[in-house]
Amino acid sequence: MTLTHFSAVLIFSFFTAVVFGITQRSEPRLMVRFAAFTFVIFVGGTIAASWLMWLIKH
Amino acid sequence: MRVSLAAIIESKMPTNAQAPARTAGQSSSLPVMVLIAGWLVPGAGHFLLKKWIRGTLLFISIVAMFSIGIALKGKVYTPNTSELLDVLNFVGDLGNGLLYLIARVVGLGTAPVELATADYGTKFMVVAGLLNIISAVDAHSLATGRKNS
Repeated sequence: MTLTHFSAVLIFSFFTAVVFGITQRSEPRLMVRFAAFTFVIFVGGTIAASWLMWLIKH
Repeated sequence: MRVSLAAIIESKMPTNAQAPARTAGQSSSLPVMVLIAGWLVPGAGHFLLKKWIRGTLLFISIVAMFSIGIALKGKVYTPNTSELLDVLNFVGDLGNGLLYLIARVVGLGTAPVELATADYGTKFMVVAGLLNIISAVDAHSLATGRKNS
C-alpha cells in the first residue's frame, strides 16, 4: 500500500478528529462540530507548516 | 472535657451520609471492566455502556488507523530500554491492546523502515494506540459519571 503525503494527512486527520470529537464533547451536535474543527486544524496546520518550511528553504 | 471527647470520637467516625457512598464505590467493578475492555478492544468500553454508535465509530477509526499503519509497512515496537523514544513508541503501540498482541504474534511490522510512508505507518499505529487509551478513559469517565453522556 502506498499513500501520498497529502492523502496520509487527510486519513490521519479524519480518524483522529472522529475520536477527539467523541471523547472530548458530551452531546452529538457538539461532537460533530468539534470533530470538524479538529480536522480543519490538523489539515490546515499541516499545510501552513509545509509552506513555512518551503519559505525557510527558499 | 466530656463534650470535647465525644466531638473527637464523632469526627473520627464516618457519618451516615458518607458510608453508603463509599461502599457503593468499592462494590462496583463496572468502571474498571469498561476501562480494561476499552483498552483490549477499541470501542468495547462504550459497547458495555450501550453506546453503540460511539463504540462503532471508535472501533472503525482505531482499527482502520492501525491497519493502515500495518499496510504502510510501519514498525511495531517491542519492549526495549535502550532508547527513550523507543520506549515511548512501545507504550503508544501497547495502547492498541489486542491489536498489538495479534500483530506481534503474527509477526507484522518487523521489516526495517525504509520509505517515508512506512514511517507514517509507524506513527499511525502509535497514534492509534494513544487514541485507544483516550477512548478507554472516556468510557471509564462515562461509567463513573464524571462525564454526563
